[in-house]
Amino acid sequence: MSTLEIRDLQVSIDTEQGNKPILKGVDLTINKGEIHAVMGPNGSGKSTLAYTIAGHPRYKVDGGSIRLDGQEVLDMTVDERAKAGLFLAMQYPVEIPGVTVANFLRTAKTALDGEAPALRTWIKDLRSHMSDLKMDASFAERNVNEGFSGGEKKRHEIMQLELLKPKFAILDETDSGLDVDALKIVSEGVNRAHQATDLGILMITHYTRILRYIKPDFVHVFVDGHVAEQGGPELADQLENEGYDRYVTASAAAAAAAGN
Amino acid sequence: MSATPATTDTTAGPLVEPVVRPGSTGHTDGAWADRPVPVQTRSERFASTDPAAFPAVTGREVDWKLSPVQRLRPLIDGQLDGSPYAYLARETPGASVEWVGPDHELVGAAGKPEDKASANAWSSVENVLLVTLSGDEASSITVGRSGLDQTPRAGHTVVHATANSSGIVILQNSGAANLVENVEIVVDEGAHLTVVSVQEWDDDAIHLSTQFATIGRDAQLKHFVVSLGGSIVRVNPSAHLAGQGGDADLNGVYFADAGQHLEQQVYVNHDAPNTKSRVNYKGALQGDGARTVWIGDVLIGRAAPGTDSYEQNRNLVLSEGTRADSIPNLEIETGDILGAGHASATGRFDDEHLFYLESRGIPEEEARRIVVLGFLSEIVQRIGDQALQDRLQASLEQELAEGARARAEADAQHGSSRAAAYTDKLPGSGPTPTAAGYAAKLAEAASTEGTV
Repeated sequence: MSTLEIRDLQVSIDTEQGNKPILKGVDLTINKGEIHAVMGPNGSGKSTLAYTIAGHPRYKVDGGSIRLDGQEVLDMTVDERAKAGLFLAMQYPVEIPGVTVANFLRTAKTALDGEAPALRTWIKDLRSHMSDLKMDASFAERNVNEGFSGGEKKRHEIMQLELLKPKFAILDETDSGLDVDALKIVSEGVNRAHQATDLGILMITHYTRILRYIKPDFVHVFVDGHVAEQGGPELADQLENEGYDRYVTASAAAAAAAGN
Repeated sequence: MSATPATTDTTAGPLVEPVVRPGSTGHTDGAWADRPVPVQTRSERFASTDPAAFPAVTGREVDWKLSPVQRLRPLIDGQLDGSPYAYLARETPGASVEWVGPDHELVGAAGKPEDKASANAWSSVENVLLVTLSGDEASSITVGRSGLDQTPRAGHTVVHATANSSGIVILQNSGAANLVENVEIVVDEGAHLTVVSVQEWDDDAIHLSTQFATIGRDAQLKHFVVSLGGSIVRVNPSAHLAGQGGDADLNGVYFADAGQHLEQQVYVNHDAPNTKSRVNYKGALQGDGARTVWIGDVLIGRAAPGTDSYEQNRNLVLSEGTRADSIPNLEIETGDILGAGHASATGRFDDEHLFYLESRGIPEEEARRIVVLGFLSEIVQRIGDQALQDRLQASLEQELAEGARARAEADAQHGSSRAAAYTDKLPGSGPTPTAAGYAAKLAEAASTEGTV
């Protein structure tokens, strides 16, 4: 059984005001097939967690470990992490001029598999995934994310998730900026990937709305760079009613107490 | 009249030259007090076919100050061989090529030299190569030169698209060269002409080319400068939109390796109503001493109401130790225009692009290759000749592969923090690309062309 295990993860970034700690000891274990929701207020470090797992160079790991089936992910380059089975669906995917979606996806698939996919089945695969996500066939010939609407960018991310078949996917605020129809289409894609490959999912979100369509097994409340509380799906309902105030206040009080 | 300095993407660019614009006056410290003020308007620049009419080139002139003038002396001032040279041509019906005398009626139809080197070439040639497109069907012709040598030589080509003709002319340059030339492009009424000047010279070649175009009523010129090989390559295209409804689409793509100087000074003269121009040049620099210069002048004259104009230059800096100059200039003499804009950006590789591709499992070197090719392909894909596009795409891929090692060396020399990482990732196996291999590639490319 595949496991993604995060232990005492401490991460900082360099800003103009100096080094700033963001993650202050995160513990999280995700098994294959499990869906974990990480929820929290803005600035709590949710996206930092996502990008640190994927290996973005901006984030400096000061301590702790991320192990995928016992292998230290932090020692891997960004592409090695993808090859090991990690996938990050980004909140703001970048535009890449002059590179078509078809070319990009085929290059990625070839890099991950170590060999080029057979042309006929590949094109069939691509078309069926695009149609599942209600994407026009002309999409494949457009340049990566260039001129895409917010919804198209997110669908493109989920299409990659379905095509590249990772072991674990981190969804960074995939629900943000989507209308209800787009949210349903994207959620269905995530659920398909979950069922098809027993994907483990770390779903980062600010809102509970997406949890109506993607049912989490575990909910973690993220406050000030660490997991403040965890529980089952019922925790999400509680958050929907009460918001994050309770945790934020408690965290501030704890910080004040530590200061004394 | 207004002139506007370069806008520069300061988010990433490590090195951007201060703006020097034609027509600017000197400092008020007295040094310039007794000297004539440089010409104010681009169209008033001195022009003559007689090299003696130009003062000696000092290297401080606005059109020479960014060029390695000392290495160009034989071409600027020296004796030039103006005899006809061997060329390869492949054409379809409707296109022809022949040598004509320098007194041919079309010689001088498109313009006159504005610098001493151009005038030196003009006055030295014994014959002029005349390329003619005629007929209603779209025609094409490729004229290849690969048999030149190190002797300083002059050249003169006239490309003539007769009224309402259409087609593409590819000037394909490879092998050795020490060449200064003028290329005149005459686009008659209603003609649609594409001219592609491809510079894939040997590593030590020197090439100065002034390309004048005159574009008639409702005619269109698509012009491409593709500069990849050569030690110093300076191609200066100008387009005179002389008839109403004329359209100039001037494009360039260049890739400067270690020690290479690639320059282009582009000039569009809107001189008739309702004319349109687009200038789009994109370049990459990689390796120690890689140098590019782009100057883009656009003049919208009093006779050109309804002008629609935009020019841009983008440079991608791929290693330490490079320098890109990018200078857009815009002069507007009439207020009644549709639009006039310009943009210039010189910057590093966008690390977010790399991260996105790498996060999908694509290794760093491959990711860089994809992003750079995408950046440059935008120009190549618009040429409209699939065979040439495929071949140039392959040439760009080879430039990138050959440059990877040079980039790592340049970064290491300049102490880039990323250098170590790149060095680690360089493929250890495989031979270093050689000049011989490159020449073989060019020979292969040349052999695909027919001979007349």
